[in-house]
Amino acid sequence: MSSIIKETSRATHNGVFPSNEVMLDLKQLKKVYPTPKGDYVVLEDLNLQIRKEEFVTIIGHSGCGKTTMLSMIAGLNEISGGHISVLGKHIKGPGPDRGVIFQAPSLMPWMTSLQNVLLGVNQVFPDATKAQRNDIAKYYLQKVGLEDAFNKKASDLSQGMQQRVGIARAFAIKPKVLLLDEPFGMLDSLTRGELQDTLIEIWNKEKITAVMITHDVDEAIFLADRVVMMTSGPKAKIGDILDINFERPRTRKAVLENDNYYEYRKHLIDFLEH
Amino acid sequence: MKQSITLGKVTKFMGLGFLSTLKDLFTGKLGKEDFKNFLRKAVVPLASILLFIGLWHAGAKALYNREANFKIEKALTDQGETAAEAMRACIASGDVSCKPNTLPSPGQVWDSYKSLLRDHNIISADKAAFIQKTAALNAKRIAAGKAAITYTGRPSFIDQIIMSLKTVFAGFLLALVIAIPLGIFIGLSPTLKSAFNWFIQIFKPVSPVVWYLLVFMIVKTILIDSNDDSSFIISFISVGLCSMWATLVNTAMGVSSVDKDYINVAKVLKLGPFQKVFKVILPSSLPLIFTGLKITLSVAWMVLIAIELLAQSPGLGLFVWEEFQNGANDSNSKIIVAMFVIGIIGFLLDRIMLTIQNAVSFDKNEGI
Ligand SMILES: Nc1ncnc2c1ncn2[C@@H]1O[C@H](COP(=O)(O)OP(=O)(O)OP(=O)(O)O)[C@@H](O)[C@H]1O
Ligand SMILES: [Mg+2]
Repeated sequence: MSSIIKETSRATHNGVFPSNEVMLDLKQLKKVYPTPKGDYVVLEDLNLQIRKEEFVTIIGHSGCGKTTMLSMIAGLNEISGGHISVLGKHIKGPGPDRGVIFQAPSLMPWMTSLQNVLLGVNQVFPDATKAQRNDIAKYYLQKVGLEDAFNKKASDLSQGMQQRVGIARAFAIKPKVLLLDEPFGMLDSLTRGELQDTLIEIWNKEKITAVMITHDVDEAIFLADRVVMMTSGPKAKIGDILDINFERPRTRKAVLENDNYYEYRKHLIDFLEH
Repeated sequence: MKQSITLGKVTKFMGLGFLSTLKDLFTGKLGKEDFKNFLRKAVVPLASILLFIGLWHAGAKALYNREANFKIEKALTDQGETAAEAMRACIASGDVSCKPNTLPSPGQVWDSYKSLLRDHNIISADKAAFIQKTAALNAKRIAAGKAAITYTGRPSFIDQIIMSLKTVFAGFLLALVIAIPLGIFIGLSPTLKSAFNWFIQIFKPVSPVVWYLLVFMIVKTILIDSNDDSSFIISFISVGLCSMWATLVNTAMGVSSVDKDYINVAKVLKLGPFQKVFKVILPSSLPLIFTGLKITLSVAWMVLIAIELLAQSPGLGLFVWEEFQNGANDSNSKIIVAMFVIGIIGFLLDRIMLTIQNAVSFDKNEGI
């Protein structure tokens, strides 16, 4: 199934190409949940390769197994068959090489934003001095627009601001792969747009390989190099992959004005409706 | 972020919000909403207190009359008209020998309260004088390697309150030191949980009296070669063992039910066990732990009275028991004084716990 990465012509792809090195490789991946009524096979024979510095979004019907797949990549969910490798090495359990941004911000509400980011930074950079670690955490909080909220308790922040801290926390540990499970699903559309901008801005700088689940077709197109479509379960697999050949850095306006945009959109919606 | 600390904030923080409404009333800062609030929070409780005292007074009077009438009737049937007359006169004069012994009125209780305070002043003056008198002698005795002479007089009511507080505090600390670490381990490990479950289920409902007897059996033997009074040790251990269960159960529950998202964050960041417990699990179970500690403290205070009574430890429990045995003129009203003191201290302990809880926990609890 190496043809899964289609060798499409990338002539319209004027921006920086993702490198050709495979960062994340899912092979013959299978997931079975034992249920009282017998085994439930959520994923079967799922193959997907994601290149270094690529931003991939994943869409699919509710319940098809997107979260299951992502949490398996994160190492938080056991693999029933096949394997997942990062830069050629099979993963074993969770680790800071794969940062996760959860749907709920999942900040420790008793800590300040800075402490929340430091929780990860301290873990990943144990040899740095305290001041250096503080600088790293503050840098990323600034990048997500929270320079005024370093010392605010997480529980005192709005949902949108909490998710910004979540983004800062994930980038600050400099993971190889960033996994995002509908990170903006709980936000209103205005805040959602702002956070997409923040995310893509910081991603443009860091170029961390990203896999993001979303229900929002426009979000999927705006952020991605490729949109991966999953078939409906049970036994879900990759149904189709769509290359998004917009140059980076992108602006929302330029994307909306591009003729291909509506074709992409139609392609995705057609897939979801069949 | 600087926050100014105002009286309002402090009182609200301590669950005593009505005090700041009172302050607003005197400083004339009251709107219409505030006035309603004031009625509900200050006037209504005050009115209900007055109603309570009124009912108590009427009830005490009715009981008094019932017992007085019974005594006169009895004298009449047993010994005839003159004895009944004599009894009536005796009761009217308030003589101790024939005074009806029943629920005291609020006035009598207030008098007893004042007399207990007076008694305390006398005793502490006495004690101070004793210490002064023996100071020189004691210095010599200590220099000669002998034990100092200590005051062995009767403790005052206040001394007994302090003794009770010491006992309950020591018992509470013991409960805390046992229950929180044990609760954390039980909450973390399903194996330990099933190992300890039967233990908790069986020992939780055991009554304070039985705990006391158990502790007595053990401590008595351990301290067999010591001449010191072991009643304090026995009381506080019994109090601690009786009251620790709520904290144990709540800590275990809090630790085992930490939000899955937090656990996932800890896993992704690969936090070590120490970091995981102290940075994630403990802070997130703090609200439940404190709920447990609050129950523990109130249970400790509640069982204290019974345990002190059994252990003959010179606190409020012994005070109540001795007054009951004593049967003096004002014993009943002294018992009621003790009842109020016990109740009010219990209430204050609860408030203190709530204040600490609000200070350390992210999950703000509104006090009632
Ligand atoms: N622990 C579990 N045990 C049994 N079945 C499960 C478990 N977790 C998920 N499932 C089932 O697996 C299927 C896939 O779930 P999953 O959460 O991965 O879907 P999803 O694509 O993320 O859905 P959504 O878009 O609604 O988030 C669902 O049918 C779900 O009911
Ligand atoms: Mg999901």
